Amino acid sequence: MKTRLRLGKYWLYIPLVFMTVFYLLPLYIMIITGFKSFAEIDLKTMWNLPQGIAFDNYIEAFSKLAPSLWNSFAMVIPAALISSALGSLNGFVLAKWKFRGADVVFPIILFGMFIPYQSILIPLVQFMNLVGIKGLPGLALAHIIYGIPITTLTFRNYYASLPQELLEAAKIDGADMLGIYRYILLPISMPSFVVVLIWQFTSAWNDFLFAVVLTGNRDWPITVALNNMAGSQIISWNVQMAGSLLAALPTLLVYIFLGRYFLRGLLAGSLKG
Amino acid sequence: MKKNLLALLSILMIASFAIVACGGAATEAPAMTEAPAATEAPAATEAPAAADKVEVFSWWTGGGEAAGLAAMQTVFSAAYPNIEFINAAVAGGAGTNARAVLATRLQAGDPPDSWQGHAGQELIGTYVAGGQIEPLNDLYAAEGWLDVMPKTLIPLISNDGNIYSVPVNIHRANVLWYNPSVLSANGVEVPTTMDEWFAAMDTLKAAGVQPLALGEQWTKMHLMETVLLGTLGADAYNGLWDGTTDWASPEVKAALDNYAKVLTYANSDSSSLSWQDAAQLVINGDAAFNVMGDWAEGYFRELGKTPKTDYGWAPTPGSSGVFQFLSDSFVLAVGAPHPDGAMAWLKIAGSKEGQEAFNPVKGSICARTDCDKSLFGEYLQSAMDDWSSNVVVGSLTHGVVANDSWKTEIDTALGLFIADGNVDGFQAALVAACASSGPCK
Amino acid sequence: MFRDKDRFLNILLISPSILAILIFVYAFIGWSVRVSLSKWKGLTADYTWNGIKNYLDLFADPRFHVDIRNTLIFTGVFVFGSILLGFTLAVMLDQGLKGEGFFRSLFLFPMAISYIVTGVVWRWLMNPAAGSRTSGLNLLFTNMGLDSLVNKWHTTPTWGIAAIALAAIWQMSGYTMALYLAGLRAIPEDLKEAARIDGASEVQIYRHIMLPLLSPVTLSALIILGHMSLKVFDLIVAVAGKQLPLDVPAIYMWQITFDGLFYGRGAAVGILLLISIAVLIIPYIRYTLKTEAEQ
Repeated sequence: MKTRLRLGKYWLYIPLVFMTVFYLLPLYIMIITGFKSFAEIDLKTMWNLPQGIAFDNYIEAFSKLAPSLWNSFAMVIPAALISSALGSLNGFVLAKWKFRGADVVFPIILFGMFIPYQSILIPLVQFMNLVGIKGLPGLALAHIIYGIPITTLTFRNYYASLPQELLEAAKIDGADMLGIYRYILLPISMPSFVVVLIWQFTSAWNDFLFAVVLTGNRDWPITVALNNMAGSQIISWNVQMAGSLLAALPTLLVYIFLGRYFLRGLLAGSLKG
Repeated sequence: MKKNLLALLSILMIASFAIVACGGAATEAPAMTEAPAATEAPAATEAPAAADKVEVFSWWTGGGEAAGLAAMQTVFSAAYPNIEFINAAVAGGAGTNARAVLATRLQAGDPPDSWQGHAGQELIGTYVAGGQIEPLNDLYAAEGWLDVMPKTLIPLISNDGNIYSVPVNIHRANVLWYNPSVLSANGVEVPTTMDEWFAAMDTLKAAGVQPLALGEQWTKMHLMETVLLGTLGADAYNGLWDGTTDWASPEVKAALDNYAKVLTYANSDSSSLSWQDAAQLVINGDAAFNVMGDWAEGYFRELGKTPKTDYGWAPTPGSSGVFQFLSDSFVLAVGAPHPDGAMAWLKIAGSKEGQEAFNPVKGSICARTDCDKSLFGEYLQSAMDDWSSNVVVGSLTHGVVANDSWKTEIDTALGLFIADGNVDGFQAALVAACASSGPCK
Repeated sequence: MFRDKDRFLNILLISPSILAILIFVYAFIGWSVRVSLSKWKGLTADYTWNGIKNYLDLFADPRFHVDIRNTLIFTGVFVFGSILLGFTLAVMLDQGLKGEGFFRSLFLFPMAISYIVTGVVWRWLMNPAAGSRTSGLNLLFTNMGLDSLVNKWHTTPTWGIAAIALAAIWQMSGYTMALYLAGLRAIPEDLKEAARIDGASEVQIYRHIMLPLLSPVTLSALIILGHMSLKVFDLIVAVAGKQLPLDVPAIYMWQITFDGLFYGRGAAVGILLLISIAVLIIPYIRYTLKTEAEQ
């Protein structure tokens, strides 16, 4: 079932390798700087390899980041999963089960995405204090809610692109609404779940602004710890780069793990036809 | 496989709800149950039940600042073993993130007991005006601090006769850093007046040497304040901030012209350099001069450079005998949850012991004039001499002389000036800024 | 054909989200609007009525004019660049090449790294110094003999912000690729087969069959990238600090609110941002919904 280009497809590696270089250049700088000593950091020699391979910077960064690691996981995993699930249900209802007003509700939800977070920090903190949800649960809640617009958008648009006949057939077979979702749409939603989970995981993992105002120093997630490493007039970029790469590892693992489900999506797509 | 993933997802979903639900319940108790890893910090969990606490908010989270804070915390814990020290430090480019967090907390009615702020108008214009901090005159009297801090400092951290903060350290803003070998190779003496400086930079320029290293926008404001000081002199400079020097005067115009001229000697890529990058140009011999606060010295040392051979220093041209300072200081919150803890902390912050623990590590000098000189390096010793003998004036960029609103307006005007180079427009904008947020009417 | 149970159920499913959005978005926007109409300056809340003066001040503020120009340039370059690159990469990876997983993760990886650091790396890469101090990409270009590519990056007058957009494209094109890849994987293979039998070339297939089918995905991408570009903040601060030539509304809002304590004016910037987004996005959403309904 694989696509075959008539020209042969191997020439595609040429542009891909070229793009790889574009994506790797900044990474290269980050990695080699992470291995350099403080005195070696100099604009002039930024391309040079480090004078030796020492893991001191990584060890130092890890010792500073490790205490916050669990906080990040405890907050990000629920936030990513719950807002993705809500987005999928909303998207389903809005795309395939239109009720009166669905076309008004969708923009209303979507518009939430554009709110500049800096301008609502104060009411956000006041509201969380008012209802008494503090610390990590409050942070997770904020990420869930501000994630709803983007997850709903992604799923709605994905479901909207599916042919209506798919549902009609199931309806004729007597499936109810939840049945259609569970047995028809959910199985072919994996590529979209991957996209949405990647987004939610990354943005909640990398969020700094909400984390720093909604959590106290005991439950700061990793971004606050990472940011705090730079909290000096003299910034050790070598340790900072090492720390950033470490902090990005869980996200990378998510990409690699979830990426397999893109292929699942391919299978699902071809089965459907 | 697909089924497995679905099952996995549903289990994770249920678990997530559980985490959120449990977490919600757990936080009602003051103790955070969900921070097992964070106890690496000096475990205060064993402290006796009646123990007090103090939450201290700062932007010292890295480098010498964090190490200095830790040293001061050690002094604190030795003096007050029953008070738990909660370090609520949040970093962010010169404290900008930290300040937003603090502002948000204050507005939500949840202040830390004590927090860091730049001594002077930044604190007074923001927190005194907002009714957020308490006067500390009694503490100063009880601790005898009025006798050990420079007389010219006190008015700069006071408002209507009330002192509002405890300065921990002092940095000097008006320092001209230079590369001694670049200067001697081109036969240039260290300049002491603006005219000498221009002449020196002309010589260097003619010899193909980059005369001045400059960085991003805030370093340009830093340069501007030293040129204002160097051209106007200490009295007229102070007058800018209390309304007695007219921003529209020809003297200010002359100072701004000087500033515009200084900018012409700077590197063309300044806006892409941090202060570190710019200072490094001088160390590497790629540029002759750099104007930066004396934290640059800490950076040079960190790079393994030797004072007087690899780098030299002098007051910025025209400011000999004047010490343009900035200071990190701590305050007492109105409605502090732990007022006793906060007072104990402030006592340590102002004490000789506390300052001697903090400053050598941070790379600054004590606000007190009685610290032991032998604890400090060569540059800092010279700064200590100047601090106790010079005329003290405040820094604009670092929050001493202008409140935040005023400073932000000056910053915007400066940004526009750098883009268009129009000195008259710049001066008009500065006049307007003083009228809208400063003392000018 | 909607059963009553289903109608009840779909309202039930969606109502928690709507309720949350009403509070966390609309109530908070309402608060912001109120603040933007007040004289609030300083740390103490001050709701004294000030009419639309904050807005008028902004329109007269030359800095805000720079912000608008920068936002337009940044959005144009960033959104167009990311979509073009993301779509191209997705099509290439859709061919079932060996190593697809590697490329996919590689292209996504920049998104995982904190702006604090990618900003600094790009600042180093885009160093505009000339002569003996040439470094970064310029040095690389010079050494490779590509002198014509050497440029002043973000210190270029007026267009400097486009260089920052390049860093943003690096960060976000991988995600755009993932969106398109997910869309491509949802398109039944037999559609392509049928076109091939009709004698269409691969390029024609992607241009005339896949791209129109992917228009909902393009809508997602436009909205996601567009909202990022209007709110861009950390990246610019990390690359270039807060300086006027590269100022954007989000930086202005932050600085005026938290550095300058002009809460009223800061809120006004936020509301203007929202209004401008609404003006751009709502007609587009309506148009798309209408087209979908017609199909």
